[in-house]
Amino acid sequence: MSAQTEIKTDVVILFAGDSGDGIQLTGTQFTTTTALYGNDVSTFPNFPAEIRAPQGTIAGVSGFQLHFGSVEVYTAGDASDVLVVMNAAALKANLKQLKQGGIIIANSDGFDAKNLKLAKYPDGVNPLTDGSLEKYKVHVIDVTKITRTALADSGLGTKEMDRSKNMFVLGYIYWMYNRSLDTTIEFIKDQFKKRPELIDANVKVLKAGYNYGDTVEAPMNRFEVKPAPVSKGTYRSIMGNQAAALGLIAAAQKSGLTLFYGTYPITPASDILHELSKHKNFGVKTFQAEDEIAAIASTIGASFGGALGVTGSSGPGIALKGEAIGLALMLELPLVIVNIQRGGPSTGLPTKTEQADLLQAIYGRNGEAPVPVIAACTPSDCFNMAFEACRLAIEFMTPVFFLSDGYIANGAEPWKFPSAAELPELKAAFAKNNLKDGEKFLPYKRNEKLAREWAIPGTKGLEHRVGGIEKENETGNISYDPENHEFMVKTRQAKVDNIANYIPLQTIDNGKEKGKLLILGWGSTYGSIKTAVKEAIAEGYDVSHAHVRYLNPLPKNLGDVLKNYDKVLIPEINNGQLIKIIRDKYLIDAQGLNKIKGMPFTSIEIKEKIKELSK
Amino acid sequence: METAEIKLTAKDFVTDQEVRWCPGCGDYSILKQVQTVMPELGIPKEEIVFISGIGCSSRFPYYMETFGMHSIHGRATAIASGLKATRPELSVWIVTGDGDALSIGGNHFVHLLRRNFDVNVLLFNNEIYGLTKGQYSPTSPLGKVAKSTPMGSVDHPFNPLALSLGADGTFIARTMDRDPIHMREVLKRANAHKGTSLVEIYQNCNVFNDGAFEVFTEKGSKKMNTLFVEHGKPLVFGEQADKGIKLDGFKPVIVNIADTSANDLWIHDEKDQVKASILVRFFDNPANENALPRPFGVFYQEDRFCYEDAMNAQIEDAIQSKGNGDLDALIRGKNTWTI
Repeated sequence: MSAQTEIKTDVVILFAGDSGDGIQLTGTQFTTTTALYGNDVSTFPNFPAEIRAPQGTIAGVSGFQLHFGSVEVYTAGDASDVLVVMNAAALKANLKQLKQGGIIIANSDGFDAKNLKLAKYPDGVNPLTDGSLEKYKVHVIDVTKITRTALADSGLGTKEMDRSKNMFVLGYIYWMYNRSLDTTIEFIKDQFKKRPELIDANVKVLKAGYNYGDTVEAPMNRFEVKPAPVSKGTYRSIMGNQAAALGLIAAAQKSGLTLFYGTYPITPASDILHELSKHKNFGVKTFQAEDEIAAIASTIGASFGGALGVTGSSGPGIALKGEAIGLALMLELPLVIVNIQRGGPSTGLPTKTEQADLLQAIYGRNGEAPVPVIAACTPSDCFNMAFEACRLAIEFMTPVFFLSDGYIANGAEPWKFPSAAELPELKAAFAKNNLKDGEKFLPYKRNEKLAREWAIPGTKGLEHRVGGIEKENETGNISYDPENHEFMVKTRQAKVDNIANYIPLQTIDNGKEKGKLLILGWGSTYGSIKTAVKEAIAEGYDVSHAHVRYLNPLPKNLGDVLKNYDKVLIPEINNGQLIKIIRDKYLIDAQGLNKIKGMPFTSIEIKEKIKELSK
Repeated sequence: METAEIKLTAKDFVTDQEVRWCPGCGDYSILKQVQTVMPELGIPKEEIVFISGIGCSSRFPYYMETFGMHSIHGRATAIASGLKATRPELSVWIVTGDGDALSIGGNHFVHLLRRNFDVNVLLFNNEIYGLTKGQYSPTSPLGKVAKSTPMGSVDHPFNPLALSLGADGTFIARTMDRDPIHMREVLKRANAHKGTSLVEIYQNCNVFNDGAFEVFTEKGSKKMNTLFVEHGKPLVFGEQADKGIKLDGFKPVIVNIADTSANDLWIHDEKDQVKASILVRFFDNPANENALPRPFGVFYQEDRFCYEDAMNAQIEDAIQSKGNGDLDALIRGKNTWTI
């Protein structure tokens, strides 16, 4: 057919269907293919907490949004250009996200009477036929029927045939954007190694979807999104949790330590455990403990023995670990605590994103208990910051928080990855016995960084005791002396404060060094802020963007940076947490932009605020 | 390099810290026996680690001239698990109490036993909370009048050894603070066992629960109320070793030795889990008529794989089949593109 090809700079597609429809798989396959083609990509999987929520209902809708372009993209996109819906509930839940005039690709089988009822459309109303979608370009395909026809000779049962429906949709979208099927065919072959009949079936349906685009008599355009002019180099696609896991392994390799990951399954952190447990040939020891407390306690044991101890969780689990984090900071042992934040409080919104554990990380323990806190800002940055958390832990003999969140943990982007040789060596120097005759080992004697020595069991002559009770300076013996306690509290604080001398200075990501408005972000809001500020600058607004990755201690020049702007806006996916710290520490009248909907900011939301503050 | 072995003595295990338990506390005896046994184990001091939680007993590591950690309430078992997972060659000793192990740390306690890390657990049981000044504990008998239970406890107590066996513990033993010779033997057996060795030690808290075990520990009543079990030997007790236990079906009954053929007596078999499950249930109140005597010694011993060995074997297998990890290959992944 003579479909017209239209050139686009960037496109947002939202795949939506039942959580059993294979939506996440469809999305990740399109992401990989399109990244390999050379587009810049950013993704946002959005799924219900229930593994199989009631079929056909709005609660059971799973979504995968991806944004790709021939220009650099920093977010998974605001509104979508294309909405692919497998059933009526998926349409109902996501229609408001579709741009005016956007394309809807609907599986008509998902709009039968039963599905319409489950999606709570009034009796007799079918949005595909009642004209309510006339401002969109609607393309209705009976995916179920075509899939079954394509597989009529396969010998598969109806249920198994229907599982390939998502491949039809994927094939069709590949046709729309003129993409190769090769990567997905390779994936299918690998996935169904043990069931060749499923390889044939899925490849057949994938091709059927592609060919459908070629043959169907429909006014459907094809689109071309050329490769993005990103900087030269070799790239791969990476998700945040995967990047965090690789960063931890890299730190273990560069420090020569055994990586011990003590954890308890929790959404959205579990994928780090899954990833790490695949890499035992790196000597990685993963320990699925009986609870969150045992997860960190076992990690403290491993650190005491000289391993690179890491524990990972999300907000509720971190709450349980609080006392043990205090122990780790009293013992002054290296320990990394990974918090993949999710909506809170309590169980909150397990599968949705939020940045509401910042104050928990910085302050959430009994007593004066300072812990360094750093945060990643994009999926690939999880690699850098997980690695950096390990560096700080080892260098300063302290527990360190590494914060990520559901958005970047499950989101993917292209990553110009480093070579192992480019990564810095991490110096983990265990204490040696250099004691003179009759000299006693002093476990709490400190170096110029105020870090004590890591004296591990097995080192003859360095036998010593550590514990959670306040300890005497240098000897580490129990001490209830008032002067000593104050001294030790101040010393532990000074040790963490002093880290500011060993981290990068705050830089301006975009915009002028001095001006009217600074957008100060942290964590996963990076992409939305980046996009909004870039557009606003292009439109002539005086606005700059700085993104904080070191939250405790803050970069030592941050106060000076803030004073260069008339106004400071702090957008956060919480009710205002970084803003409290900034106001407290720098006494500036920063303003907040807060969204607490379990969803990332759209760049439009931030841009609107920029416009408002620029009046 | 100096290779001559230096013979250690009990003194080498004494630290410069003043021992701060109440005068007359049963903990002193336990400390003494542990310090006495240590040199006999042939383990270099630096390879030994004592880890405790919170409670009176948990001050123990400060008094042992080895590596040590006084951690937080209930978590010593979990901390020791992580240490042993990464440093399987170390000799790891957990010091805990009835509150620490069975109340706040109950979860980690049962999971440690089922995983069977090769560690030793010294469970100081004094049936009371001492450090918090006298509340009832999960092992206090029903009706115990304590600070928090002026009308008597309404909490059914744990039977620690039945719990341990139920959690698939592989070494279950009991001893007492007032029998140093027996305690040292049990400690040596615990050390020799590969797997989690659980040693319950009846320990007198002379301030908040004085005499809780005196019927078992004092001369006048000890022989009548205790049963010291030894592998391959019949269960015999009594003032003149004149009483024995025989099994009537699954029911243990007290018999007079004089009236019973030696063949009919219960012969202790540490390897028999079914018999051990009956033995741990010898838990009668000694004041009851026909109360079964309270057993001491090694109830059960089983050779089962340890978690850390299985964990390390998987790592070895992974290295065998995939080769040592290549960081560049890992970071690169399967699909890359170059611009």
